Amino acid sequence: MVTNEKIIETNDVHLYYGKNEALKGITLDFNPNEITALIGPSGCGKSTYLRTLNRMNDLIQDVTITGQVKYKGKDIYSPKMDTVELRKKIGMVFQQPNPFPFSVFDNVAYGLRISGMKDKQKIQHIVEESLKKAAVWDDVKDKLHDSALALSGGQQQRVCIARVIAIEPEIILLDEPTSALDPVSSGKIENMLLELKENYTMIMVTHNMQQASRISDNTAFFLQGHLIEHGKTRQIFTNPTQQETEDYISGRFG
Amino acid sequence: MNPKKVDKIAVGVIYAMSGVIVLILASLLLFILWRGLPQISWEFLTAPAKSFQVGGGVGIQLFNSFYLLLLTMLISTPLALGAAIYLSEYAKQNWMTDFVRTAIEVLSSLPSVVVGLFGFLIFVIQFDFGFSILSGALALTIFNLPLLTRTIEDSLQAIPATQREAGLALGLSRWETVTRVILPAALPGIITGMILAAGRIFGEAAALIYTAGQSAPALDFTNWNPQSITSPLNIFRPAETLAVHIWKINSEGVMPDGAEVSAGASAVLIIAVMLFNLGSRYLGRKLQKKATSA
Ligand SMILES: Nc1ncnc2c1ncn2[C@@H]1O[C@H](COP(=O)(O)OP(=O)(O)O)[C@@H](O)[C@H]1O
Ligand SMILES: [Mg+2]
Repeated sequence: MVTNEKIIETNDVHLYYGKNEALKGITLDFNPNEITALIGPSGCGKSTYLRTLNRMNDLIQDVTITGQVKYKGKDIYSPKMDTVELRKKIGMVFQQPNPFPFSVFDNVAYGLRISGMKDKQKIQHIVEESLKKAAVWDDVKDKLHDSALALSGGQQQRVCIARVIAIEPEIILLDEPTSALDPVSSGKIENMLLELKENYTMIMVTHNMQQASRISDNTAFFLQGHLIEHGKTRQIFTNPTQQETEDYISGRFG
Repeated sequence: MNPKKVDKIAVGVIYAMSGVIVLILASLLLFILWRGLPQISWEFLTAPAKSFQVGGGVGIQLFNSFYLLLLTMLISTPLALGAAIYLSEYAKQNWMTDFVRTAIEVLSSLPSVVVGLFGFLIFVIQFDFGFSILSGALALTIFNLPLLTRTIEDSLQAIPATQREAGLALGLSRWETVTRVILPAALPGIITGMILAAGRIFGEAAALIYTAGQSAPALDFTNWNPQSITSPLNIFRPAETLAVHIWKINSEGVMPDGAEVSAGASAVLIIAVMLFNLGSRYLGRKLQKKATSA
């Protein structure tokens, strides 16, 4: 992939829940192999925006979306877009760890098997690699066939990340992936994300300013459905151009 | 009174009430088994019934009960599953689906006698299936469908939305998410719903009196030609079940040992339901294991 080329471009995206406008014209692009943090107070539309990128908002009744979202130059809201294929390329990790009520192994192998992979050895190999990449292999290698629900929250979340990695997406969307976890687990996940950056583009909603400043390359600040400011994380945190950004980052509201 | 005291009293009352319920159930069960168990023998379980003499068994009725149960579940499970999947996973939440749900609820509270009479008019008379296993199974399906649909829908709904999101976000299609994630996760609940339904069906008499009929022609268990009237597989033969048999003995039975046969049959009914229950639970666990490692 040529650098400079944007992997996702969004142009004047508006989203309405019924009549309520949750996104009020967002224009924002993402570079490959970078981590972008989406920050802003609760209810400002971060999750909503994130979910427009892999069309997860399609599941909600009564949602209207206007504007453009392009993945590698292709409009993902075009009727020709195969959302199933799209979501294989753009994986997602949620705020609450949501492993399937199956074994650890099956959680990670599921996507592979359903997309038709039969070769047991290959599946085994990918499962192991994915769990290693998600930095949870050492925790679970002896309990691969136990229920994933028996793991700790942090381990579950890393298994969920492994589950996404296994199907080889290009982009991983993360919606406050560590907000339900203790600091030690959060730290492990942050380090892991930094390592994953080599191979994946990541867009992460976070409430945690330290987290945003520690691991992201770019930061975008949302407020009440507007994108107030975006740019290099260093610049946003040290030298924001907008007063609201500065107020938020310095903890004056939100 | 202080809150602590109130709490103590409330707990005491609740204990007492649950105790009474358990006691009632236990004594009922013990009473039936105590009266019925002595009657049960291999002979009793396999021999055909006798109308006028001592020593009749319940073999044919027992077989009929299981056969009807099987047929009814074979017809109603796919229907209920389909309807429940549609209602829970696909239908938009609007007045139409609310209406369908209400209709299902109303249907599920229909008295089984009414279902039986309906079955009599439609299947026995109109479709000319006569008093037959088929008429009985269809009537039982009507009787069973609403509640089964409802329980399956409930167990699908009990799977958190985050599981659906997880499936879709993983690049599974909607259908794959339903069949490969939601259904396996809901399987224990679905199985429990089926067990409850099976118990209701197995013990049902009123819906069958005018549909499957009150006679049990002799069966030849070596005859596997489904067209023959003596074949156990024939779905057009009249088929009195165990529950109907009990009802009949007690209302118009003329055999001298009616009380004993009835007691024995009741015990068999209860034991069968309990065995079936345990077996299904075991099966449910196995199924889930298989489904989740697919
Ligand atoms: N499913 C939904 N239906 C209706 N309104 C919603 C829904 N999800 C979010 N909203 C509304 O959209 C706005 C943005 O929400 P969200 O994107 O979740 O914010 P954030 O993730 O930044 O906390 C909020 O006002 C919220 O109430
Ligand atoms: Mg959010």
